[in-house]
Formats: sequence, structure tokens, C-alpha cells
Amino acid sequence: MTARLTARDITLRYGDRVVSTRLSLDVPDGAFTAVVGPNACGKSTLLRALVRLLRPDAGQVRFDDREVGGYPAKALAKQLGFLPQDPLAPDDIKVRQLVGRGRFPHQSLLAMWSRDDEEAVTEAMAAAGVEDLGDRPVQELSGGQRQRVWMAMVLAQRTPYLLLDEPTSFLDITHQYQLLGLLARLRDEGRTVIAVLHDINQACRFADHLVAMKDGRVVAEGDPADIVDAALIKDVFDLPSVIVPDPVTGTPMVVPTLQGE
Amino acid sequence: MTVAGHAPETARTRRAVPQLGLLVGGLALLAAVAVLSIGIGARSVPPAEVVRALVDFQGTDDHVIVRDVRAPRALLAVAVGAALAVAGALIQTLARNPLAEPGILGVTAGAGFAITVGSALGLAAGQAGELGFAVIGSVLAALLVAAVGRRSPLRLVLTGVALTAVLGGVGLGLRLMLPDVFDMYRFWSVGSLAAREQAPLELPLAAIGVSLLGALLLSRALNALTLGESVAHTLGAGVVRVRAATLALITVLSGAATAIAGPILFVGLIVPHLARRPAGGSVPWLILYTMVLGPVLLLVADIGSRVLLPTGEVPVAVVTAFLGGPMLIWAVRRYGAGAL
Repeated sequence: MTARLTARDITLRYGDRVVSTRLSLDVPDGAFTAVVGPNACGKSTLLRALVRLLRPDAGQVRFDDREVGGYPAKALAKQLGFLPQDPLAPDDIKVRQLVGRGRFPHQSLLAMWSRDDEEAVTEAMAAAGVEDLGDRPVQELSGGQRQRVWMAMVLAQRTPYLLLDEPTSFLDITHQYQLLGLLARLRDEGRTVIAVLHDINQACRFADHLVAMKDGRVVAEGDPADIVDAALIKDVFDLPSVIVPDPVTGTPMVVPTLQGE
Repeated sequence: MTVAGHAPETARTRRAVPQLGLLVGGLALLAAVAVLSIGIGARSVPPAEVVRALVDFQGTDDHVIVRDVRAPRALLAVAVGAALAVAGALIQTLARNPLAEPGILGVTAGAGFAITVGSALGLAAGQAGELGFAVIGSVLAALLVAAVGRRSPLRLVLTGVALTAVLGGVGLGLRLMLPDVFDMYRFWSVGSLAAREQAPLELPLAAIGVSLLGALLLSRALNALTLGESVAHTLGAGVVRVRAATLALITVLSGAATAIAGPILFVGLIVPHLARRPAGGSVPWLILYTMVLGPVLLLVADIGSRVLLPTGEVPVAVVTAFLGGPMLIWAVRRYGAGAL
């Protein structure tokens, strides 16, 4: 397993609150990595550090042979695409325009909107299933539509790496599976995907590499089939469960044993 | 994933043409208003004569009036109008607040305070002195506000408001104690374009020109910044640098405009509002539209300032306030509270 994007012994904190100490992670190239864990376990913080939105107090995040902080802004933006949890759309913006903003790292100061830009936007909108929404104001869309529009924005950036913070939130169940299917397809085309996911069963079904986090630490990582068992789920989520094979894919499926009471 | 062969071209044309058309229309309107503004006054000059004086100067009385008095004044109105309107568009974009206007950065208060202090010390005599103090005051005020409030837009606005209040209070105290200073200040404090053309204006005009160009160059990065800090960062827009550069442009634009014409409110607030809907969330178009609409509004107000009274002039800032108030109400009603 090779990894161009790596975190080595990083310490992360917001103000005085230390989220992670000496955290290390290799993001396997060309794989779909899912990060799971309870709320506030440091999943999002880790993702933000990987795309250098957060500077580690100690340790290094490297991409290829260089620390991510050492790249010119646009050069890194051509490699790592990132979608935060609750992105903010300006008033009045239309869908196609918002998707077009993903082209920013590819545009020079004076360059006009190019044919490449137009192609990337059209392709991204089709992939995210928002090609019919082009002229609609983003404000008028439903939460799920908006989420897919943002997904298209990141796709238009055409980066080999996609880092997504809970991309399935706000989506109904059908769109959740469609989005995960899209991510798997992008992985098949050679991109590296790393997503924070809430649903452990979806993570097991779609991801090649599972990273389970708790209290800012990586508790276990590897192929979901190798690492997911009742003990891990008990440890990470404090949830008693039985693990059965997913009837569709055979991947591990977590069935909690808690019942109403 | 399919890429339609011709769809991109049509989609692109469909979007760009109305926006470009609006811009061309705006420029034509600006040219017409400029010629009118030069022609109208105590001695009116017909539009054809105005154009002739500009392209084929003959030395007649009309031509001399046009070339030496009216045209420079119209040029000032264009520069000041564009500067205030673009500064307004920048601060509204940066602060993510459609009610922001350049004055909230303390620039206007800084200029007024500096002029008060300068004339109290007996140094701000004459237009050159006033201009110098206004520039120094506005730049210092903006630097102070930017230094304290640079970390978040909200902090920036609060700092600007606080500084404005402090400088306003201290300045008022000084002026109440020193009647001569008050006398001088009150002429400056009512923004006007009358007889300002005699001050040395090359430097502020050049500063405005360069800053307008800078605003256009920065506008695409500002586009990225409107998607929020995280997304802007990961799109590769250097957020800290873009924000600092934008603040610098706002300071220079509104500082230079205030130094030239005194405080003129509403232009920086209302013009971006009028331009926002047609710009449709695009900062480059917003900047272009405000750059054309600001001068139109100020030229119209300046014409009004000259014709409203049978003798003498109403200061242009009074006219913009009268135009701006109703326009603001109209904008709110037309676009609903969502626009604000």
C-alpha cells in the first residue's frame, strides 16, 4: 500500500482544546477510505488538518515529498478537493455558477472562462445528478439538492483526491446510496476518496479502508472485513451489537442489540 | 458521465450576453449623463457643443467653461462615485453584510477627525492641506481598525463603529471649543464636488484608478471567498492575503474619495444593492456594475445639486441622501428582506 497523503504524529487543537495528540494516518492511494467514530472524536478535525485548514501544533501532514503547508495555495488545490460539513452559499448564486467556482484553482488572474472549465462543470453536474438544476438559485433548493450541488462544485475542481466531511448528511436514503456509489465509481476511475461517514454499515459496504476513531485516536484501521467485530464496535461506539454479513455484499453489518426500554 | 457537444457554448452565451448587454447599456447611460452634467449649469452648454469642446477645442467661452471647470468636475464625480460604490461592494462582500458601507471602517470619521485636528493646529489651511490631512486621517483610521479587527468580519465592523464613535466625540469636543475650526469643518463635512477641482488631485485620482483595477483583479478570489473561509482555502484562494488586499483597497478608495469630496453617504451603500441582482452572485460583475452605476448616481446627484436652487448650490451629499433614502426603501421592498 502506498500513500502520497500522510499524517505523522500530529497534534491538533482548537484554541485550548486538544483534539488529537501524536496521530498518524496513511491515506492509501486510489482507495475509498471511510473515517468513522462517535461525535466529537476528531474525525472532522483530522480531515481539516489533511487539507491544511488546521495547522498541526506538532508533527507533519505531507503530500508526496513535501509538507502540505509548503505548497502554493493553488497547486495544492489542484490535488486535494475538500467539502466541509456545512458549506455556505452566497445569496443570489445559481447552481451552475456555484459549480463553476470549483474551477478557481485552474484559472489564472486574467484568464477568461475556458472550454476546459465549461467541460469540467458540465461533467461534474452530470456526475452529481444536478444537470437539470443549472439555472436554479441555490437558495431555493432542498437540503439534499444543495448537498449534491456542492458535491458537483468539488468534482469540477477535478482533483485526484477528494476529502469529504459527512457528504451524506441531509440526503435521503436513496441519494445517500447514489452518492456513495458515485464515490466508489470515482475510486474505480483512479481517484482517492476519504470521507467521514456516520453510518458504519454504509462505510463497511463501500469503503476499502476503514479508519475507526475515538477520543482523537485511531483505534483500528484496515479492510472493514478484517477489523470490524463486536468488540471494536463496543470499544469505539460503546454499543453492544452482533456482526452479521451484509445480505447483499457480504461485508460486515453491525446490528445493535439494544432494544427499546 | 457524458459531455454534451454543443450545450456548453449555448449555456455560456445565454449567461454572458444579458450581463454584457447591461454593462454596455450602463456605459452608454454614463456617457449620456456625463455630457448632460457638463452642459447643465449657470450657463448651459448644448450637448453637441460639449462634445465639440472635448474633441475639438476652439477657445470660445463655452469651450473654456467646459474644459476648465465642468469637465474636471464631472471627472471628479466619476472617480468619487466609482470609488465609493466599489468600496461599498467590497466591504459588503467581505463583511458578508449587505448593510455594510465604507464608512463603517472608520475611514470617514478618521478623515474628519484629522481635518479637525489639522485646522485646530493651524496646519490644514487651503485645499491642499485639507486633502493631505483627510488622506492621513482615513489611512490611519483604517489601519487601526484593520489591525484590531482583522481576524473576523464581525470584529472588523464593531471596531470600525467604535472608532467612528470615539473620533466623532473627540472631534466634536474640539470643534465646540474652537469656533474657527468648526467653521472650516462644516464646509468640508457636507460632501460636495463644488470647487474641489482646484486642489492637487492627481495623487488621489491615480490612487482611485489603480485601486479600481486592483478590485477587478481581486474579484475572482473574492468569488471564492464568498463560499466561506474553508472552501475558499481549499480552492486555493489565500484567504488572509485576499482579505488584507481587499481592506487595503477599501481604505484607499473610500479614503481618497472622502479626501476629495468630503463625506458622501449612501453611494457606497445603495449602488451595490442596485447592482447585486443583475450581478447574480458574481463578484466580478458586481464590481463592474458598481463601477459604472456609482458615477451615474453621483453625476445625477451633482446635476441636481446645481439646478435645485435658483442661485447657488445644494451640496451633492444632501442630494445623494435624498436620492439614496427612497432608493434604499425601494430596493428593500422590491427584493424583500432577503436582499438585506
